[in-house]
Amino acid sequence: MFLKNYISEVAGAVKSLLKGMKLTGYYFTHRKEIITQHYPEIKPQLPERFRGEVVMLHDENNEHACTGCTACELACPNGTIKIITKFDITPEGKKKKAIDTFVYHLELCTMCNLCVDACPTGAITMAQNFEHSVFNRNDLTKKLNKPGSKVRAGVE
Amino acid sequence: MYRTTDILEHKQSPSAGGVGEAEYMVINVGPQHPATHGVLHLVITLNGETIINVEPHLGYIHRSIEKMCESLTYRQFIYTTSRMDYLSSHINNHCCAMSVEKALQIEIPERAKYIRVILDELTRLASHQLWWGAMAMDIGAITPFFYAFREREMINDIMEETCGARLTMNYMVPGGVMFDLHPNFQKRVKEFIAFFKSKIDEYDEILTGNVIFQNRVKGIGMLSKEDAISYGCTGPTARASGVSCDVRKLYPYELYNNIEFDEIINTGCDSFARYQVRMQEMKQSLKIVEQLIDNIPEGDFQAKTKAVLKLPKGEFYTRVETARGEFGVYIVSEGATTPYRIKFRSPGFSNLSALNHMAKGNKIGDLVAIMGTIDLVIPDIDR
Ligand code: SF4
Ligand code: SF4
Repeated sequence: MFLKNYISEVAGAVKSLLKGMKLTGYYFTHRKEIITQHYPEIKPQLPERFRGEVVMLHDENNEHACTGCTACELACPNGTIKIITKFDITPEGKKKKAIDTFVYHLELCTMCNLCVDACPTGAITMAQNFEHSVFNRNDLTKKLNKPGSKVRAGVE
Repeated sequence: MYRTTDILEHKQSPSAGGVGEAEYMVINVGPQHPATHGVLHLVITLNGETIINVEPHLGYIHRSIEKMCESLTYRQFIYTTSRMDYLSSHINNHCCAMSVEKALQIEIPERAKYIRVILDELTRLASHQLWWGAMAMDIGAITPFFYAFREREMINDIMEETCGARLTMNYMVPGGVMFDLHPNFQKRVKEFIAFFKSKIDEYDEILTGNVIFQNRVKGIGMLSKEDAISYGCTGPTARASGVSCDVRKLYPYELYNNIEFDEIINTGCDSFARYQVRMQEMKQSLKIVEQLIDNIPEGDFQAKTKAVLKLPKGEFYTRVETARGEFGVYIVSEGATTPYRIKFRSPGFSNLSALNHMAKGNKIGDLVAIMGTIDLVIPDIDR
């Protein structure tokens, strides 16, 4: 009786192992099941909503939609954004608040999208670039409004 | 980092087995040990190969999230909870958003509810898949890890397309969800369901029936029903000891009272029972997603909320069922824009506290298997 149990146990064990081996063998011999992606050689196709970094949208006239309202700075949980404003003189001779520098600390950003959500004019958005490594930490502090750019007419 | 008094206590206690003094050995596992899935530090007292005591030391990745939340507004604090249990980040975010909505009495649109529940269940599936692969790897089987990640990758891709991130989504906002679903969402989820249904049997084939695996988990790490309750265990860890504790059933939130699904309860009390509970929960999650995916109503995905959220004075507690158990957010508000105090009740912490009880008397090789079945996520424990 003991021997019988023992043999059936061993047989069951061997069967279970073979069953698993059969499955791994199947994947080993079927090339079409391979799912490896060769990352540095072939860049992945990222969806358009992917959050890689915050960027400011500029059109062909080097104009953006940022009014310098600092809503994004207030929405950011980490102090990643610093808006430095200045006063422009409008043609009518009035003073108008405008953006001077949009400082973005990429090293602090958690890609939470709250700033993009908070912006009333849709001036900033998320870009797909995800390869952010640099040799110097200071390179991660970015100025998002391009040099010489100004706010698009009509954006309040 | 061990305290000599601990060892002396054990030497004196009769329950230690009455062995000679010189035979105790104290070893450190972690904080950086591949088997602890993160930075858990365990101080283990051994008698030969038998575990006498396991003492978790926390604090290695403490980020003081609760304190940090006190200076964040009610929109901002949600993202920090993705950094706690990063495998259930959607569900954690959901709980926070829900507690703010409850306090402000915001009624969220029906469509947002559907989106939330579907994404919750997909998160649970992804979490259990990762657990399955990682647990098999702890025990020594490398191959299942790749199979698990193949399916998990599909969920991550769906998340990436709709939420913009793969792990720390921050997609739930007070009032609903951040953006509408991606147009491809339904199609891809259905593809995933069909694919996963054809593969879930492979999981059983390669691991569940395997004789080596069964010998490693059966009868190991016993946790009786009484102990599970007294340690405050929740989630699959407690349900495998016969405790009915599914928040989705007991305190239904969002749509869960209209959905047909079973609470999986097993009375095996051992590591294998915990394994089986999670395996069956995957099937239940699939069932929930299948029920909802075709009926997502049209409409808004976010309710209108004020730009600045101010919670009324008072205390608010909300709980949800994450992949690991009950997650709770307790907010004390003084009526300001930031909380006065926030406490997170994380499932991993209570589940870890039962580890000593489960591991005592087992061999050191089984410790990793036991830790695997309680599915520890260290940032969730040590926040
Ligand atoms: S994505 Fe989040 S962390 Fe990054 S700048 Fe915007 S609000 Fe700040
Ligand atoms: S990016 Fe948008 S939110 Fe930020 S300052 Fe400019 S306009 Fe305001």
